[in-house]
Order: sequence, then structure tokens, then C-alpha cells
Amino acid sequence: MTPLRLTIAEMSNLLAAGEISSTELVKDCLSRISEKDDSLNSFITVLNESALIAAKSADKLRKLDKAGPLTGIPMAHKDIFCAKGTITSCASKMLANFESPYDATVVERLSNAGMISVGKTNMDEFAMGSSSETSFYGPVTNPWNKSLSPGGSSGGSAAAVAAGLVPMATGTDTGGSIRQPAALCGITGFKPSYGRISRYGIVAFASSLDQAGVLALSAEDVALVMQEIAGFDPRDSTSADKPVPNYRASLDQSVKGRRIGVPKEYFNEGLDSDYADVIRTSLDVFSQMGAEICEVSLPNLSFAVPTYYVVCPAEASSNLSRYDGVRFGYRAENPIDLEDLYKRTRSEGFGDEVKRRIMTGTYVLSAGYYDAYYLKAQKVRQLIAEDLRRCFEQVDVLIGPTTPTTAFAIGEKIDDPVKMYLNDIYTVSANLAGLPAISIPCGIVNGLPTGLHLIGPQFEEARVLNFAHCFQTETNWHKFLPGSERN
Amino acid sequence: MAWETVIGLEIHAQLSTRSKIFSGAETAYGAEPNTQACLVTLGYPGVLPVLNREAVVMAVRFGLAVGASVAKRSVFARKNYFYPDLPKGYQISQFELPIVKGGQITLQSESGQEKNIRMTRAHLEEDAGKSLHEDFEGMTGVDLNRAGTPLLEIVSEPDLSSAKEAVAYMRTVHQLVRYLDICDGNMQEGSFRCDANISVRPIGQKELGTRTELKNLNSFRFVEKAINFEVDRQIDLLESGEKIMQETRLYDSDADETRPMRSKEEANDYRYFPDPDLLPLLLDKEFIDSVRSQMPELPNQKLDRFAIEYQLTREEIEVLTATKDTADFFESVAKITKDYKLTSNWIIGDLSAALNRDNLDIRDTRVTADSLAGLLKRIVDQTISGKIAKDVFQTMWDSGDEADIIIESKGLKQITDSNELETLVDNIIADNPDQVEEFLAGKEKLLGYFVGQIMQASQGKANPAQVNKLLRNKLKS
Repeated sequence: MTPLRLTIAEMSNLLAAGEISSTELVKDCLSRISEKDDSLNSFITVLNESALIAAKSADKLRKLDKAGPLTGIPMAHKDIFCAKGTITSCASKMLANFESPYDATVVERLSNAGMISVGKTNMDEFAMGSSSETSFYGPVTNPWNKSLSPGGSSGGSAAAVAAGLVPMATGTDTGGSIRQPAALCGITGFKPSYGRISRYGIVAFASSLDQAGVLALSAEDVALVMQEIAGFDPRDSTSADKPVPNYRASLDQSVKGRRIGVPKEYFNEGLDSDYADVIRTSLDVFSQMGAEICEVSLPNLSFAVPTYYVVCPAEASSNLSRYDGVRFGYRAENPIDLEDLYKRTRSEGFGDEVKRRIMTGTYVLSAGYYDAYYLKAQKVRQLIAEDLRRCFEQVDVLIGPTTPTTAFAIGEKIDDPVKMYLNDIYTVSANLAGLPAISIPCGIVNGLPTGLHLIGPQFEEARVLNFAHCFQTETNWHKFLPGSERN
Repeated sequence: MAWETVIGLEIHAQLSTRSKIFSGAETAYGAEPNTQACLVTLGYPGVLPVLNREAVVMAVRFGLAVGASVAKRSVFARKNYFYPDLPKGYQISQFELPIVKGGQITLQSESGQEKNIRMTRAHLEEDAGKSLHEDFEGMTGVDLNRAGTPLLEIVSEPDLSSAKEAVAYMRTVHQLVRYLDICDGNMQEGSFRCDANISVRPIGQKELGTRTELKNLNSFRFVEKAINFEVDRQIDLLESGEKIMQETRLYDSDADETRPMRSKEEANDYRYFPDPDLLPLLLDKEFIDSVRSQMPELPNQKLDRFAIEYQLTREEIEVLTATKDTADFFESVAKITKDYKLTSNWIIGDLSAALNRDNLDIRDTRVTADSLAGLLKRIVDQTISGKIAKDVFQTMWDSGDEADIIIESKGLKQITDSNELETLVDNIIADNPDQVEEFLAGKEKLLGYFVGQIMQASQGKANPAQVNKLLRNKLKS
């Protein structure tokens, strides 16, 4: 078997050198999944057959000298990405029987780049949750400790990468759903600017906040994958028609003399003190590389979570209206009339957290409450974005913790939505303002990984990846993985 | 008490784009159910709307035609409600910021008076599919071919004061959208339909009465009947001391009455909010100017030009310019014949009659503009008489042959040879000595009798003007 923790970059080199075949890589992934995933529950669908077929044709391509840098490298898609011919369940009973007739743009582009999907990963139902516990397929466990949550909603992707089942998995991030699980599982998770990656084919949760991204072992790997999936898509009217820079080329730029902003509010929002120490130590790493650390302020930070939890359920309540049992997905049996069909299909097909958000969203959009909730939240959203924009007049990136604590126990927060929602305190602002942000491993507290959170200005993905990569050349935290001997 | 009626109309005009407003699916009417429903139409998970620019151009064209202001920034909003023929559970429409604001339509009354009807707005939205309640025992069939077809909803101010006026307004808008080539106006297929908001108030009262809304009126006749029924119903209620309920009603054309559709308690809260899948629609001056530079001639402009160019009566011009197709047809024929009056008479007369009889649109006429001109040329140059021409026209209509071929093969050429005509006249005078005597005694009316006899003898081919002249000369000599 191949080493457990090969990065994409390493696999790419080995494949190019002919030292390994795609078939071997894919077989290894599949056997690790069958060996380890019973306890992790990180996959909903495993594509044994199609992955092996794809691996064989990738090996053929390589022999014909037609392979690209990502050709033949295995990966997994979060089960929110539509992939033709496979079940795209969004971890919901509602879509448990939904076989997508088409590929999402991200799926299409990675497949065109030659990457091989070995399966679809588990997640919170319709990406609603921060613990991957709301899945119809049962909770995902954290490879560092199976009694802990891997975070969510892209918890299956994070756990699968951290456990070495795949070197990379896609995710989506609406309020922190890539970065928070990446932090809790000790891997690298990147959410680009809103509009940088097409949302076409991603089951919509909150359309103005949803953004696809990458969970991997390093910023370098993220850059390699971003190169393929970033860029304008005419099928998504909100995708940005802007040139995509070469992300890998700028990874090694020095951070010397560049300015890092640390929002002072970050350290008085219930941040675990050991976690805070790890963040300060990480900032020292940047200082030693010659970056300048300065304190900045985000005066509206405390409004970010409440704002998010008005805007996001509002959009979700509308986006999820299409699940009515009429055209696809779950349909209640023997409805007596139309209303019965609707009520039972949706009562039986959706889980509690999804229903909670649909009801909240319906409420904040309803006549008489729209101004007080939805409209006000949109205004606060502008203020939060303005705060961040102002910061970036002074600094190159903002840095802080990804989460207030390390991984929490499965079951610990599931009955307390507000406590669960506060997990998003550091991450939601980047979604509300549409900014690129990354979480990278930065230390261990009580045996568990922590995440360093970097935010950049809009469409400055390259800068965020550059800072993250520099940190990963100076430190080895991204190589600390559960059950790993590689340090 | 004397009552005043207040009516505002919301007209839904289906825009004649080839593809749907937010997807590439086709819009043609009458296809097998659900064969024009792509994944976007079906509202599949993960699909996204992409705005059809052609629909925007059409909306702008309408806005410019009614003198409205075209919004530099308009916003698509979601109107949320559940219904099986609404695949996404929301309709994409425009709510607070429509693409067209203001403007007006001028109505011409029969007495020639003008009345301006103010427009509130016109906005873009997608149509829903169709629920088919028949043919599916105990179930409802859903056909989503129509879902996502672009609509322009044209909203008037409550400036209309009678059912007649409402119909006149609707006809004017109907004519306009067809002139602008943005809607085929086919009311049977539902391409052009309206909702009417109706209230009554005592004459002199300033504030409006409680209104009801009549939904989905799809013919001019129904609009008139439905409004008249509803106005009478409201007045009866008020006069008997009752109150009007604000509600949505449906017109039942079979029973000729309106019935409540849903009451206020069940009224939907549509939870409008800006659609996050679509960016605000921004139109710059260049775009609007480019649409303006390609505006077709509008009905009023054409009416004025026809009056100057063709010296026809107002009534004739109104008929000829009722649709752009008729006007174009007239101009094609008139350009060749140069006899505008004759051309007008034939289009309004025989051609229209034939089209009506066969229930054809002028676009599908069996006698084309060129062919008709070919026939009329033969009247102008006196090859055939107007009367013979009618028979030739009928043959053209039935056979599709050109006039000259029919005239030639049937030997219908008019007799203008004076010797030949003289023989005909002489024969008739010789055969009718009694009538000749009466004529000479002063019974001038008999001239028509002689002409008729001659035309009959010549099988209609004798030139009537020449016959007239000859007869007079011969009889009086």
C-alpha cells in the first residue's frame, strides 16, 4: 500500500515519474475506505467500479503522454454536488433516491482535469449544521477521537481527508462549513470569494452565501485544485467574470514587510484560552518571517452570527420549497390530497434542523416581519462587509482562530441550536462579505487540532493561499494527522 | 344613487422569445406535455436561472413605446407559494424595482375623443406550468412546458371607468405588443390575458371603494361581460346595504357570473425577497439607445403616415393599420397598383371576407400581396371589370393560380373593342323594342336594364363604362 499521507502534489510527482499508477492509488483509497469508514461514516456513496475504470483510463492517458498534473488522482465530492448517474442525497431522506441527471460545474471541471471521484461524502442534511450530526445517514465521527464530532457541514470530507481515505475532497461553505470541520479535523480548508467558483449543480442552501471550496492536506494542494475549478461559468449568473491567476506561482512569495490584522474582538468572544495561546504563537511565526502584526477592529462582529441566522434561513426556506414530492425525491405515500402530499412529504422527508431553518426563514420573510428581520439583517450585512473592507485598507490579511474551541463531543450541542450556531462566530463574516478565507492547522490543544483562520480581500485568493503556504513551510502542523507517523 | 366604476388592468403578455426567460428550453406552444421542460424548468436541485437578454430587449421596447422610464437598475424577486405547476415553489418576478415604470396609453373613443390611461409599471416574470384536472381520475396532471415562459406584466393605474373602456384599453395594448413584435397576441393559447381590479363608488366620492380582482380573463368579450357582471354585483350589494369583500374572483363564462376564488384568510403571504441567484439587472444608456434605434413604427405613427400618404378615410386607415401585418400587406399591394383606394377596398372587402370565411390570419392568406396586386393591376388597366375580378379572385383563392393565367385561360378579358360592343348594343336594342319605347318616354331607370342585358350577353366581359356611353348615344339618336 502507498504511504497514507501523500499530498496531491506528491502523488502528481510519483505518477509523473511512473513510480506509481493511478489504479494503485485508487485501489488504496477504496481499500482504506472499506477498512476505516464503518467507524468514520464519512462516505454516503462509494464509487468502487467507476473509480477503478476511470483509474485505468487515466493510466492509459499517462502512457499516451496526455496526462495533466491532476490526472489519475483520487478524490471525493461532498454529497451536495450533483454528479451524473450517482445519488446526490445532500444527506437527506428527501433526496436519498435522487440520481442526478447532470454534473455540477465543479464535478465536470475536476473530471475534465482527470481527477477520479471515489465517492460522495457525508455531511449535515442540506449542509445545515456544524457537526455533521444532522445527516439522514447518521453522524460522521472525528478521526482524532471517534466520540467527537468532525464539525460540519462538510464533516465527511474533512474526516475522509484527515483519516487518509482521500487526499482531497470538495466541500461547500455557507457560514464556515469547510473551514470549521477542517480546523476540528486538523487539515487545510479553503473557501474562495463568493462568485469565484460556479454554484451550478450544487444543491442550494443559502444562495447568496454558498460557495464551493477544497479540503486538503496543504495550501499547495488547494492551489492545484483551485486552478481547475475557479473561474467564470455562464450557467451561474453570480459567478465572477474575472481572470483566474496562477495560484501555485504566487505561493512562495515572501510575507516579509506585509501586514497582518488581528481583530481585537476575536479574543473576547468566548475563545478557549489555550486556543488563544496557539493563535498568538502562530502569529509569532509570521512575525519571524518578517510580517507586521497589527491590531484592527471589527465593531460589528457580534452581529455576524445573528445576521447570518436571519439571511441564511430566509434563503433556505425558499430554496427548499422545490422539495414537494411532485417531480423528484421523496414523496409521501398515498396522499389524500395536495395539501396532504405537501405536508407529509416535507414532514417525513426533512430532519429537525432543516425544518427549524425553514420555519425561521419563513418567519423572517413573512409580511409584517420582513423589515424588522430580513431587511435589517441585509443592512447589518453591509456594515459587516464595510468593517472588513476598511480593515483591508490597512492590512493584507486578517488572522485569528477558526473556531472558539477544539472538536466537541457528538451529542454535546445538537439540542442547543444557539450554542451550535456560535461555533460559526469567526467564520460567518467571510461569507456575509463574500471574502476568501482558509483554515490551516496551527497546533494541538489537549491532543486535538486547532485552526488558524486567514481572511483576504475579495478575489485575493492567491494572497490567502500565499500566506497559508508560507506558514506551512515554516511549521509542520499540517502534517500532524490522526494515526500519522509523519511529522 | 349614481355610481362610478373604477377599473385597473393587469395584462400578462407572453413574450415571443424562442427560449424561456431563465433557461434554454423552447417556448413553442402545443408540444407534448413536459417535452419542453429542461432541468431548470423542472426546478432540479442545483440548477440556476440565467436571464434571457431577448426578453429584456422586448420589455425595454414596450417601455419606450408607452413613454415610460426604463429602469437603469431593476431587481428580480422571488414570489413564494406552493403549487404543483410552480416547480421551484417560487415564481421569479419583479417586485419593488420593475424594469419599466410609468408611461401611458392613449385611447381613441368612437367620437374621436382621446383619453390617457396611466401605466403603473411593467415587469418581467416567468409563467407557471399548467395543472390538468381532467383525464386523470382523482389526480392532477402537471404540464410544465409553459413554466418559465417569459411574461411582461403590464399594470395600469385605475383610470378605466367602464367595461367598454377596459376592452378598448386592452385592444390598444394588444395592438401595440403585436406591432412591437414582442407578443403574438394569441388569446386562445393564453399568450395575452388579463386580471381586472374593479371597484365602484358614489359619483363625487374621492376615496376608492373596496375592490375585487377578476383573474385570468382571456378574451375581449369575457373582459367586457365579466366586468359588467361584477360592477352590477357590487352596486347591488352596496345598494342593499352590504359590504364588498376584498377577494379574488373567477369569471365563469358558461354561467356568465363571477365567483370567489379564494378569500382573504387563505390569501398567500408571498414572502417576496430579491432572488439571490440573479444579480440586479443593470441597463446602461447605450443599451437602451440601441433598443430605441431599432423601434418599429408604432400604431399611431403609422395611422398618421397613412393619412398623409394614402388619402384614405379615417375608418379605412384604422382597419388597415389594426395589425402590422395588414398594414404591411396594404403597402406591398399599393406600391404596385398605385391605386390606394382600390387596394384598400379589396383588402377591407374581398380579402378580409375570404380570410374570415376560412378563419385565416392575413399571414396565412391564400392570395399573397403580389398576387392581389397582379389582379388589381388588371382592373386598373381595364383588362377586366371589377365584377369579373371578384370571380377571378375567388378562383385565385381556391386554385392558387395568378390572375393573368386565370384571365387568359377562361377568356375573361374585357371587351373594349368598340365594333364588338356596338354589335352587342345594337342586338339588345333590337331585341327589346318595348323597353326602348318606355325609355324614350322618360323611364331613364331602364338604362340599367339594358346594361345588365349586355353584360349578361357578354358574360360580364363588356366594359361597363363604354357600354353605358354607347347605349346612351344609340338610344337617343
